[in-house]
Parts: sequence; structure tokens; C-alpha cells
Amino acid sequence: MLYAILCYNDEAAVEAWPKAKDDAVIAHRRQVTDRLAEAGKLGPVLRLMPTTAATSLRHGPDPLVLDGPFAETKEQLLGFYVIDCASLEEAIETAKQIGASDTGTFEIRPLRYFSAGSLQKEPV
Amino acid sequence: MSELGWIDAALKAARPQAMAALLRYFRDLDQAEEAFQEACLRALKHWPGQGPPRDPASWLIFVGRNAALDDARRRQRQVALPDDDVLVDDEDAEATQAERLDNNQYRDDILRLLFICCHPELPATQQIALALRIVSGLSVAEIARAFLVSDAAMEQRITRAKRRIAESGQEFATPGAVERAERLGAVAAMIYLLFNEGYAASGGEAHIRLPLCEEAIRLARLLLRLFPAEPEIMGLAALLLLQHARSKTRLDADGAIVLLEDQDRGRWDADLINEGCALIDKAMRHRRTGPYQVQAAIAALHSRAKRPDDTDWAQIDLLYATLERLTPSPVVTLNRAVAVSKAQGPEAALALIAPLAAPLSGYFHFHGVQGALLQQLGRAEEARIAFDRAIALARTPAEAAHIRLNLDRLQKRG
Repeated sequence: MLYAILCYNDEAAVEAWPKAKDDAVIAHRRQVTDRLAEAGKLGPVLRLMPTTAATSLRHGPDPLVLDGPFAETKEQLLGFYVIDCASLEEAIETAKQIGASDTGTFEIRPLRYFSAGSLQKEPV
Repeated sequence: MSELGWIDAALKAARPQAMAALLRYFRDLDQAEEAFQEACLRALKHWPGQGPPRDPASWLIFVGRNAALDDARRRQRQVALPDDDVLVDDEDAEATQAERLDNNQYRDDILRLLFICCHPELPATQQIALALRIVSGLSVAEIARAFLVSDAAMEQRITRAKRRIAESGQEFATPGAVERAERLGAVAAMIYLLFNEGYAASGGEAHIRLPLCEEAIRLARLLLRLFPAEPEIMGLAALLLLQHARSKTRLDADGAIVLLEDQDRGRWDADLINEGCALIDKAMRHRRTGPYQVQAAIAALHSRAKRPDDTDWAQIDLLYATLERLTPSPVVTLNRAVAVSKAQGPEAALALIAPLAAPLSGYFHFHGVQGALLQQLGRAEEARIAFDRAIALARTPAEAAHIRLNLDRLQKRG
């Protein structure tokens, strides 16, 4: 079974960490993920930029682009894509295409860090 | 991180929100601060055992307010009070109900807290000192160190600023749209000043004071979280991030200034640059340009150039022209001259700054730029005079040392 681990925390508190603390957290996580990577059991790893860098796209007949992160609590996180785009404009356009005729919201958030991982698996 | 480490980070993160709400209750900075301090003491006592509350800011507001009310009651009636544990025990459930304010209220609370520090009667340095004390929670000693004054002098400066604010009778009603926009502009300007105070220290030894820059970035992000759709706030945050990304390379090991073109670009902070660029990207979609966005766009063009020769000086020149239109000032024209000298040559740049000689006669950078342009044109004697003037006006030893370096070069050639 493939699992996604989604990391939640208080963004402002994490921003208040001294750099040494942030480095220590990342170093610890690297110890674990490096092991997984060697065993071919690590998929993509990514760190998101702060929510201040986010833009949201609300689907519908007339899709609505909103500044800021997805903020509602009535909907749940169901999946995500990682795409490579030259600009936010292109990312929004792509998101519109992916979500055409859907309901719900896509949050478009630039990545701070990305590693494709070592996972070799047939699509589930 | 040690237990106290995470509590410290949580308290620091919750501070603006908690202080803002407490200020709304008490309508008095000192009382709000006391209540917040008390709540922090109780947090240090209770959080290690119980773990952090789900919503630290609400917890602090609730506990801080109750502690202050109890204190008042105690003084009135002299009756025994429930001990601490009873007071704090049922806090979480109640606190979340009592303080689950809607986002708009939080937004206006925090904006008010920031805005109070920007009182127009307060000189800029007092505004910044007050914001660092009240909003960021830096100790008086830390702020004194940042401003290179004694603790006592800083204490006095902050006390005086608070008194001014108390006397002025700050507006506590919910602001209207126009007022909100005005407050936002004043707060953005204060954050920009705070960053600049750290970036180009206006005196003393330390040329760059990173903690001030970091606090300014934290406040800019806070403001952006509150006003996610304001392109100028995106621009402000982007500008600070992009400037800060270069901070490690701006001085060499001896504390001498390293010019942009001589900086080790490999040591620029890529995370901050990427975040800054992402914010500009967002801001541009609004097609409502403003000074912070334009300055951020200029900084972004520098950041994107892998080598100095890759810099898009023509585009930077255009952006400075836009900035001149938005905020006409001799200093902007002076900055533009640097871009013009790269795009069109030193002669054109010198012509551009010629009319600035009078308005900027007392400005260090004017004489520095003029000297450098004259030097490029081989007018050594005039360059020497300009550099001499610059040294006389330098505000930090690093600025003076940088100009002296130019003079040495002149001497070697001459």
C-alpha cells in the first residue's frame, strides 16, 4: 500500500523557529527518508512555501481565482498534483483545465523544496 | 527542540493576535502587556505538562483577560481566589468559544495594534522601537542593542512613545474601508522602515542588523495573511524577502561593503528569492502597480541574473522610470542613474543626476555614485572630490571604508 503523509503545523510558529531548529528538524527527517530512499520506498517529498504564496481556484461554471490558501473547513483534502510551470498564470490555467466541470477548490502553492524520490511502482 | 523552545516559538507566533485582542479589551497598552505577560507565565507553567492548546492565541487571550480581571477583583474585595489550576483547567473549551472571533475581527485587531505604533506624531525610530516591543515582543535590552543605545535610553524612548499614544486617544471603533486602507499603508511603511533600519543601519558599528530584518519579514507575512488580496502588501513582503536573501553576501569578513556586482551569488538564499518571486507573480495578476511591487520587481531582476553581466539593466531602467512616476524623488532618480549607466553608459547617468546636486548635497550615496561615474569616465580629480564628500557624510564605518577603497584605486591609477 502506498501512503501519503501530510504535514500540518502552525505556520507562524514554524516561521518563528530559529534557523538551527529548522535545520535540526530537516536533518532528523532526512535520516529517515534517506533510509527509505535507499530501499526504493520513498516517493516524492516536498516542502510548500508559506500560505501567503498561495492562490486558490474555486471551480464552477465561472471559475474564481482568489488570493490566499484554501480556508474552508467543510471540504477535505482528496489529492494533489505537482506540475512544472513558467508562471503562476500558467499554473492557474493548468489547474482550470484539470478541474474543468468539477466542483470544489484547488489551492495552487509554489514549492520550496522538491525531490522526486526513488519509488519504482506500477500505478495503483 | 527543548520543551521551552517550542513554547517560546508558540508564544512568539501567538503574540500579535493575543496582544491585539487584549488591547481591544483594555484599551491600554500597559494593561494589555501585563495581561499578556501573565498569560505567558501561566503558559510556561501549564503547557509543558498538558501540551500546547489547540489554539494558543485564544488560550492566551482568555487566560490573560481573566487573570487581569481576577487581579482587579482581588484588589477590590480581598477574597480568596481559586488557585491557578482551577482557573486554567477548563480554559481550553471555554477559550475557544469565547475567543473564536471571526477573521475580520482578528484582522482589525492586529491592524489596530500595528497602527497604534505608527502614530503620526511619533518619529520613525520610536514607531519602530514600539512595534518591536509591543508587536514582536522583543525585550527593551534587545531593542536597545539593535539601536545601539543604552537600555535606559530605550526604556525612556518607549515609555515616552506609549504616553504619547495614551494621550492621543486612539480610535478603537472598527475602521471603515477608507480608514482601513490608510492604516494598512501606514503600517506597511513602518515595516519597510524597520527593515531598512536593519538593512542599512543609520549609524553605529553594525551595518546590517539581521534580527530587525527578520522581524520586518515576520510582520510583512503577518500582514499578508490578514490581507491576502492586497498586491502592495505582496510587493512589500517580496521586496523584503529578495533584499534579505542577499544579506549574507553584502559585507565581507572584515565588515566592508561588497557591491551587488561583486557579491557571491551562490550564497544568495534561494528559498527567499523563490518565495519573493512567487509573491511578485501573484501581485502582478492584479494589475494595480505600486512602489513596493516595482521595487520588488527590480530586486527580482537582480536575483534572477546568474552573473552580473546577465542583469537586464534596460528593464531595470524602465522599472525605475515607473517608480519615478509613482513616487518622484531625487533618491529614486539617483538609483535609476545606476541602471542608466549600465544600459547607456556613465555619461548619460551623469547627465541624469546633474540636477540632483542641490537636493542631494547632504546625501552620502549621491556623492558615492557621482564619484564612481566620474571615475569610469577617467575624470579622476572630480571623482576624488566627490568621494571625499561622501566620506564626510558616511553614517557607518563600513560606508566610509567602502569609499576609501575607491579612493585607493584612484590613487593607484593616478
